[in-house]
Amino acid sequence: MSYEPVLLARIDKPNSQRLEGYRQDGGYEAFARVLRELKPEEVVARVKESGLRGRGGAGFPTGVKWTFVPKGHPGPIYLAVNADESEPCTYNNRILMEKDPHQVLEGVLISSYAIQARVAYFYIRYEYGEAYRTLQAAIDELYQAGLLGRNILNSGFDLDVVLHRGAGAYICGEETGLIESLEGKRAWPRIKPPFPAVEGAFRKPTIVNNVETLACVTQILRRGVEWFRSLGVPPDPKNPRDLGSFGPKLYTLAGHVNEPKCVELPLGVTVRELVEKHGGGVWKGRKAKAVNPGGISMGFLRCDLPLKNAEGTEYDIPLDFNGPLRAGCLGLGTAAVTVIDDQTSMIDVVHNVCQFFSHESCGQCTPCREGTGWMLKIMERFRHGRGRREDLDILLDVAERIGIIPGTTICGLADGAGWPVKTAIRKFREEFEQAIRDATVSRYVRTLETVAAH
Amino acid sequence: MPVLTPELREQILAYVPRYPSKRAVTLPALHLVHDTLRTVSHEAIVEIAELLELQPAEVYDTMTFYEFFKGEGERLGQTRLWICRGLACMLRGAYELLEQAQQRLGIRCGQTTPDGKITLEFAECIGACDGAPACLRNDVHVMNLTPEKLDQLLTELRCL
Ligand SMILES: Cc1cc2nc3c(=O)[nH]c(=O)nc-3n(C[C@H](O)[C@H](O)[C@H](O)COP(=O)(O)O)c2cc1C
Ligand code: SF4
Ligand code: FES
Repeated sequence: MSYEPVLLARIDKPNSQRLEGYRQDGGYEAFARVLRELKPEEVVARVKESGLRGRGGAGFPTGVKWTFVPKGHPGPIYLAVNADESEPCTYNNRILMEKDPHQVLEGVLISSYAIQARVAYFYIRYEYGEAYRTLQAAIDELYQAGLLGRNILNSGFDLDVVLHRGAGAYICGEETGLIESLEGKRAWPRIKPPFPAVEGAFRKPTIVNNVETLACVTQILRRGVEWFRSLGVPPDPKNPRDLGSFGPKLYTLAGHVNEPKCVELPLGVTVRELVEKHGGGVWKGRKAKAVNPGGISMGFLRCDLPLKNAEGTEYDIPLDFNGPLRAGCLGLGTAAVTVIDDQTSMIDVVHNVCQFFSHESCGQCTPCREGTGWMLKIMERFRHGRGRREDLDILLDVAERIGIIPGTTICGLADGAGWPVKTAIRKFREEFEQAIRDATVSRYVRTLETVAAH
Repeated sequence: MPVLTPELREQILAYVPRYPSKRAVTLPALHLVHDTLRTVSHEAIVEIAELLELQPAEVYDTMTFYEFFKGEGERLGQTRLWICRGLACMLRGAYELLEQAQQRLGIRCGQTTPDGKITLEFAECIGACDGAPACLRNDVHVMNLTPEKLDQLLTELRCL
């Protein structure tokens, strides 16, 4: 059965960014209905019932998070839209913002009403210049149409949306890093609790949500809770803590696929189907060796590794909130799927990943700042053909000790730095050992010096 | 003579009503100054701080965190070209492009050509992996680069 995209339904239309076309397609009717017919807490209840879980990486239930805003708070309360989208290989927020900004903004309006925010700060990474200008134009249209500003549609509801540009730092995507950056400080993540819903931006209750999450809010209020729950994977009855994986998801394909593109499907498609059917298969007729299922922080799948307690290999896991866990990955993350073909060295891949985290660690926590640097240095040695046997254990040791799960750091960047390293070494150990024995020098060694300089 | 022009001051102050604290205008102010003056000098930092009722050290502290802004003694070229070195781009030839760009321009990442035309940078994933390898021309994506397309782009930017 083929699935008809909803979140991406409008992206190929001419002038899909304009308010006029969006309204012709029924846009802002859901918002108008919400203002007319629903109390804020009823909107929260609907989003909660829908089972929507955050699309930004952590998968936290959106409606539940909204209930954490202290009851009867006198305000101000803020919505912070997380459009920092910097997890490597992830680009679905960009497509939504560039091609259908009003779908996202309608979600911002509905969500702000639900949590009783009067200002929404839309934090967008600097690198998204086109999305920034598209959104600014869309926001201008909304003020002109009376859908932003004072007393919107005579409902008594006021709202301003403020676009705020980042400056090229991954850590601004972490929700409290984002808040610190918004406040004009270094983007150092905060120790939690207090969580932002209680004390966030400018020390006021703040709900941080991802762009795709907000687009889902629009569709839930337009099409209903039933529709949302009819897609995806229901909770595992054997696991009382499973919240299920409902709704559509934007998967972004990258790396060695024939057609790297963003695909919308109900949650739960398998990696194999996504790559082979929707991505046109692995490029140059090669085979997939490893796949990264949700942004590099989630770790690696090994495509020929049989699953424990199930048929098939890690290539067959479903991309819902639980699937990647079964293959030892950290989670679904951003559902950015990167394919690595059988001609690629895992040493180069792991080096690239370590290079990223070492560059992006904000430096507050010693285990993260030093650990990411050590891992990069070791991988640098590997690329020069000077890897040592003990290095593999040192890498595993560092990778396991840094992060909020082991309890040594303030934020999850460090978990994300550890996971790809430890999954790669565990699953591809013989490749690393072979490289040590043969003193294999990376094909990139020529470019090493130039790229390392900065 | 102040380094911030009256127009720049006005543009910065226009941001103030959008936030509950003046400090939140730090990043917008840095962007405005950086884009216009192609650098954020010590004097500019002092003047931004004055406008936002902050200590210069607070502005400097924030600015240097990002490693994005060119400070005292540095200057942005006419175009800033960021070549992505992220995983998806690496898998499709980004390292080779980085080396090519450095060789053609005779500079390293982070530097500006002597004629002031191009500042070359590497970037972490710029969110354009559907068009990997990709680069940013200032803040606009250029996708599906090849060695030939990169050469063309460099030639074009030198003639601007
Ligand atoms: C290092 C790090 C980077 C993150 N980057 C992003 C990001 O770019 N975009 C995003 O939405 N969430 C990001 N997150 C997750 C946010 O902290 C937060 O969970 C999310 O924005 C909440 O929104 P959601 O519930 O709608 O997903 C990041 C988390 C960490 C630890
Ligand atoms: S874990 Fe790393 S990135 Fe996160 S706060 Fe600590 S040092 Fe910064
Ligand atoms: S890795 Fe280069 S754009 Fe994502």
